[in-house]
Amino acid sequence: MNDQKKMARDWSRRQILKASATGAVLAASSSPMFFVKDAWAANFRNNPGNSSSVTLGFNVPQTGAYSDEGADELRAYKLAVQHLNGEGDGGMLNTMTPKSLTGNGILGKKVKFVTGDTQTKSDAARASAKRMIEKDGVLMVTGGSSSGVAIAVQGLCQENGIIFMAGLTHSNDTTGKDKKRYGFRHFFNAYMSGAALGPVLEKEYGNERKAYHLTADYTWGWTQEESMRKFTEALGWQTSKAVKTPVGAGDFSQYITPVLNSGADVLVLNHYGKDMINSLTQAVQFGLRDKQVNGKNFEIVVPLFSRLMAQGAGSNIKGILGSTNWNWSLQDAGSQAFVKSFGQAYGFPPSMAAHTCYVQTLLYANACEMAGTFNPPEVIKSLEGFSFDGMGNGPTEYRASDHQCFKNVLVVRGNMNPSSQFDLLDVVQEVPRSQVEYDPAIFGGKLGPYTV
Amino acid sequence: MDSIFLQILNGLDKGGAYALIALGLTLVFGTLGVVNFAHGAIFMLGSFCAVTTQNLLTYSKKVKDESITYFEAFKEVPYLEIWWGDTGSFIIDYKVPFSILLAIPVMLLIGLAMERGLIRHFYNRPHADQILVTFGLAIVIQEIVKSIYGANPIPVQAPAIVAGSASIGSWIGLGESVVYPWWRLIYLANALVVISAVFSFLKFTTYGMVVRAGMQDRETVGLLGIDIQRRFTVVFGMASVVVGIAGVMYTPILSPDYHMGMDFLVLSFVVVVVGGMGSLEGAVVAGFMLGILQSFAAMNEIKSIFPGIDQIIVYLVAVIILLTRPRGLMGRKGVMED
Repeated sequence: MNDQKKMARDWSRRQILKASATGAVLAASSSPMFFVKDAWAANFRNNPGNSSSVTLGFNVPQTGAYSDEGADELRAYKLAVQHLNGEGDGGMLNTMTPKSLTGNGILGKKVKFVTGDTQTKSDAARASAKRMIEKDGVLMVTGGSSSGVAIAVQGLCQENGIIFMAGLTHSNDTTGKDKKRYGFRHFFNAYMSGAALGPVLEKEYGNERKAYHLTADYTWGWTQEESMRKFTEALGWQTSKAVKTPVGAGDFSQYITPVLNSGADVLVLNHYGKDMINSLTQAVQFGLRDKQVNGKNFEIVVPLFSRLMAQGAGSNIKGILGSTNWNWSLQDAGSQAFVKSFGQAYGFPPSMAAHTCYVQTLLYANACEMAGTFNPPEVIKSLEGFSFDGMGNGPTEYRASDHQCFKNVLVVRGNMNPSSQFDLLDVVQEVPRSQVEYDPAIFGGKLGPYTV
Repeated sequence: MDSIFLQILNGLDKGGAYALIALGLTLVFGTLGVVNFAHGAIFMLGSFCAVTTQNLLTYSKKVKDESITYFEAFKEVPYLEIWWGDTGSFIIDYKVPFSILLAIPVMLLIGLAMERGLIRHFYNRPHADQILVTFGLAIVIQEIVKSIYGANPIPVQAPAIVAGSASIGSWIGLGESVVYPWWRLIYLANALVVISAVFSFLKFTTYGMVVRAGMQDRETVGLLGIDIQRRFTVVFGMASVVVGIAGVMYTPILSPDYHMGMDFLVLSFVVVVVGGMGSLEGAVVAGFMLGILQSFAAMNEIKSIFPGIDQIIVYLVAVIILLTRPRGLMGRKGVMED
């Protein structure tokens, strides 16, 4: 007791004040900043600071040829925002693992959004994204239904230090030669389509085939054709001819007629959207599917399928093989949760474009929670190499070296006996991730710096 | 030989569409002197007459879809099939021919409304004003159609009996492997019938004779006590019907979407210019000629010598014609030669 009194006497009030001040300075200088939210306050674009909300930019085609895909993407984004803010049934927030999201916005801030119209044109998409970044102060831009648009917007986001979570883009270039540190793609790519389809084509059609390619004359078409040729030629197939067709040609009859007498017994339609609907419909009208060549049934392959496209092609799609990123009929818990939320909200199942956009929004939000900040370099580091499950494609990884998601790929066939108006694609095989993986070096490109 | 024969057929088929659209454009330009950039939109409206007929005929009862368990979804069963069974299915199958019955009055009304409501106010304005207003009108029509039907193409099937291909090679001794879609043959025949009907109307009826006289000299015809303006209005309606029928019949070949009119419009203007502004015969001849040239340019043998020629051939021909014969192939001397 006496000792205690003696100690108290030895410390004067002045000494106590000095010690406290010194301790406070030392504590402040040595404590890790990341114990505090928004500790990187400093210098990143559109830092929400003390604002109670954050704004995300949904840049989708609202007019133009892909506006139906864009409308579906927007529906999915709105659903994602609801779920992030703790509204609705939570959707994939209930199935995602690992998960840092709590249904309380992102890092406690309510999620708001602005929308833009890409018009499926690179310049319009860039202008729209620029407006979102500069005027609306968005923290992240996402969406789109074209590789040309994705590559253009991704470049802009890199320059501005804003993260871009790509929507529907299938060209190898997006995460290949044009990859960017600030760009991330959940959707699969043309290479994966080829890798997934190859073995199925061999099983279904054998390895002595002659393929004739009709290819949309732009970045996606070129990479799609390149990938399909690589994998089909590896099977022993010959490429009889590869013909580029103008985008939006409408009437493909003059390109289909030469196929009839080319000696080819497979037609590969490297077309998407309206072009695919028209070229497939016309190929069927020209009797290609009723033909016998080289003693075999003539076959048509559409490497990239979507349910919205299948609707447009009507009964012509029946029996045609292709690949897709996701289909609403999948039975895993994540897919079911999403289809249920989406179906209850809108009365029909989501498209694969809607799925990838929904997942991308959740992944970005989750990465912010993991990083404990909105500071892009830290969020990027959280996304790089992030492995997750419960979001519809089985175990998935965002590969750090090229920001491409790796997951199972679906090989599908146009349903011969649909049980409902939405039941257009039949999943033939869920091709495991290991079969579609590749060395990122094969496509070149550099991610670029973390800080811009 | 097989390929050349098929490309000629493709060209005739494509040319049939160009000729029908160009014929309507020329009728309007020749009578009213209006450069109508909304003509492509009228073609598109024609095709949507087929879509609307399809929607009407397949108007359905919603039946709960038990195969979907995650949310409440409904199957659609057409009332016609519920009420009339196979007869109902038969009527639905023949939706495209039936839609012509709808398209004729609808397109006539649209044409008359367009001319009376908007275009007549621009008769005495410069061509640039006419182009701007009709182009604006085309965009408005497109956006209305998109807001109702969406942006994606809507498949409309030909009747099942003509959905396949005709073994046309065996008809002319080229072998059974040479086939061509039935519907495209029907489309070509339809184009020829409609073109013949328009020419016959103008040449062999009194009404047509007056219209032709008005095209030559509207003032003198007016002095004879004939209300030539009213007849020209009817011609505008007729041009809308012609292009509307072209649109209806084209739907099984090209699934209609809101933008299909614009895709054809520029090419059709080139056809009119190449044929000769105001020349009906020129529009038809140039339509078929450019269709065939476009098909041949897409042949691999030609493309291996001139890569990309298929995408520029029409414009290349237009440049050559305009340089060497500014009035077009069959244009009148003095018209568009300045």
